Amino acid sequence: MQVLQDLRALMHSTFFDILPIAIIIFGFQFLVIRQRVKHLKKVLLGMLYVLIGITFFLLGLEEALFPIGRSMAAQLTNPEFLQSVRLSVGELHWVDYYWVYIFAFAVGAGTTIAEPALIAVAMKAHEVSGGAIGVFGLRIAVAIGVAVGLALGAYRIVTGFPMHYFIISGYVIVVIQTYFAPKLIVPLAYDSGGVTTSTVTVPLVAALGLGLAETVPGRSALLDGFGLIAFASLCPMISVMAYAQLSDFKNKRALKRLLDTDEYYSRQTKREPRS
Amino acid sequence: MKRSLHLFLGSLLGSLRDLTPIVLVIAFFQIFVLEQTPDHLLQIFVGLIFVVLGLTFFIFGLEQGLFPIGESMAHAFANKGSVFWLLSFAFALGFGTTVAEPALIAVADEASKVAAEAGHIASGEQAMRSYATGLRYTVAFSVGVAITLGVLRILLNWPIHYMIMIGYVMVIVMTGFAPDEIIGIAYDSGGVTTSTITVPLVTALGIGLASSISGRNPMVDGFGLIAFASLLPIVFVLGYGMLI
Repeated sequence: MQVLQDLRALMHSTFFDILPIAIIIFGFQFLVIRQRVKHLKKVLLGMLYVLIGITFFLLGLEEALFPIGRSMAAQLTNPEFLQSVRLSVGELHWVDYYWVYIFAFAVGAGTTIAEPALIAVAMKAHEVSGGAIGVFGLRIAVAIGVAVGLALGAYRIVTGFPMHYFIISGYVIVVIQTYFAPKLIVPLAYDSGGVTTSTVTVPLVAALGLGLAETVPGRSALLDGFGLIAFASLCPMISVMAYAQLSDFKNKRALKRLLDTDEYYSRQTKREPRS
Repeated sequence: MKRSLHLFLGSLLGSLRDLTPIVLVIAFFQIFVLEQTPDHLLQIFVGLIFVVLGLTFFIFGLEQGLFPIGESMAHAFANKGSVFWLLSFAFALGFGTTVAEPALIAVADEASKVAAEAGHIASGEQAMRSYATGLRYTVAFSVGVAITLGVLRILLNWPIHYMIMIGYVMVIVMTGFAPDEIIGIAYDSGGVTTSTITVPLVTALGIGLASSISGRNPMVDGFGLIAFASLLPIVFVLGYGMLI
């Protein structure tokens, strides 16, 4: 019964989230473009599906993923648990938080794979590139980026290094990669940073960051709890460009091998008439 | 009817596959690392079913509704040839979708606490609320400007990487001057703004525009709007922190 009530409340708030967008779309459609919408019924039905989808999705997150994510973040950063798995002796060292890094990595990868906004962009990229960019390949590349980003962010909170050094070196890597990566992938890679951090990832990651900053001695939850999302949106740019560079490199090598064998065969055939 | 049922089932299977990794991650940590069974196992199971259903409906609705209308509007604007209306649509889309974004509201409230604690603003209820509201409008305005700028880039064919690099330089320079407490929030606000509904619409707009203007490649010119929408808020929030 409680669930049904939550469902109604969520449906209500999601409706008001979508409302401004619907007003903008239909306002411009009727006042500026002044054309009838093609397949109006289908479009409205589609928007209704989106509304239902987001509602169920958020309800499921609140019922299942958030409570468990929050309690796991709390358990993993619990000083007693840390004492029981520690590697070093004496004071707690940054390596003793290794399960936190692994958890941050796994949560980053797992949630990004299921991120609706990323799926939407990957579908478009697949369509526009004529199939050259695989939906699943792109999603895996982004997921690895987010995972590494979160693990790095967790490490930063534990050690307390200033964040802007990490971000600035990330920018430098992005700039260097931009020069070497295939030109087609660059805009998509830039986009994939912002895409990853929406509905699923942000609340879970915020819980992890705050939990960490509260339990690590010398950290303030308010000052150090932020910043994980910034890592999660920077690293996918690097990983997506790296993915494109790798597949480009592989293609070139395959092509080279093909050319080499071609040359070999043509040499063979040239030799044949002589013998 | 039969075809859409088929599509729906396909999308259901896809959502199941998407959710498997996170379930495995949680199960592994609970069983092998924490060695505990979570409370409310039934509730979690029901919640997961909701997530699968939600993803399925969302993606299905995206293909039926949001993608087609986003692209058809982009085509219509391109044919109409009115740059002014196109840019104002871009701004309205960016501003309107961000100002109501729940994640942004949460972050802005959190930020006002930080600012009050650091003594930047008075710690009264009113001062904190006006700070949070100001921050929210700053971010929404910056996303509006970002989408407008991105559309302008597609129209005028500016190279994206130079624009992004200029943005990076601004972020780095401003980081040196902005108060320390705002830096983490500013960097985060870039990622927070782009919501689940905005992303598909904005992507459809960019690709629709790039494919209806001759001489543009949708792959090179169609993407990039979201990149602006996640970079510009950082610059604006750093500026907001410096001014107040």
